[in-house]
Amino acid sequence: MKLLYFAWLKSKTGVAEEDVTPPPEVTTVAELLIWLRGRGPGHAEALADLDAIKVAVNQEYAQAGDPVRPSDEVALFPPVTGG
Amino acid sequence: MIRVQEADFDLGAELAKLTAGNNKIGGLAVFVGLVRDRAGDKAIGAMTLEHYPGMTEKMLARIEAEANQRWPLDASLIIHRVGRLEPGEQIVLVAAASAHRQAAFDACQFLIDWLKTKAPFWKLEETGAGAKWVDARDSDTQATERWRAPKKDMAE
Repeated sequence: MKLLYFAWLKSKTGVAEEDVTPPPEVTTVAELLIWLRGRGPGHAEALADLDAIKVAVNQEYAQAGDPVRPSDEVALFPPVTGG
Repeated sequence: MIRVQEADFDLGAELAKLTAGNNKIGGLAVFVGLVRDRAGDKAIGAMTLEHYPGMTEKMLARIEAEANQRWPLDASLIIHRVGRLEPGEQIVLVAAASAHRQAAFDACQFLIDWLKTKAPFWKLEETGAGAKWVDARDSDTQATERWRAPKKDMAE
């Protein structure tokens, strides 16, 4: 699974993108975010407040209960502030 | 038409090109966003716009398509800049052209309201106290909310 991090999620985790292989029991967006907290202190801090994070799966906005699969591109970012 | 670019844009040239050869157009509404030199009580030295290449273009195209579905537009344009910008510089241009002004005004406002809450861009402000990611504003979400129902439903 390819993960992308933007804005302060990138600065806090220290990575812009990474490939991960979550265990088979990780099947939803929410389960993925909770599992990712275990990747290190930067991830744990960045993912402490899940309400502050937006997720896109394959470049479409996704909700906590939406499925994630090993072949997906999953992006994590704060609420958008363009314009 | 949508574009994401680092380079500045020439407002006059863009608008001339947008309406050229289409004399059905009776009104062109335009919004241009600029970099402010203050955020609250802090002076802003510069701002860096980050985006999600791929998804950004996809969302902008969808926002433009939605505007064209809701209003009878003859032309529309979204340009959004990325990278480091200084106060006074242009960040974003949205334009909507139609036979009559109301559709042009409404579509223009819709384009910028939706863009602000749906297109994946993030602003990093540089102040004397360091760099800070800008927080999303509730007022932007509220501005988007009023466009939630399709126009014809809102009239009912």
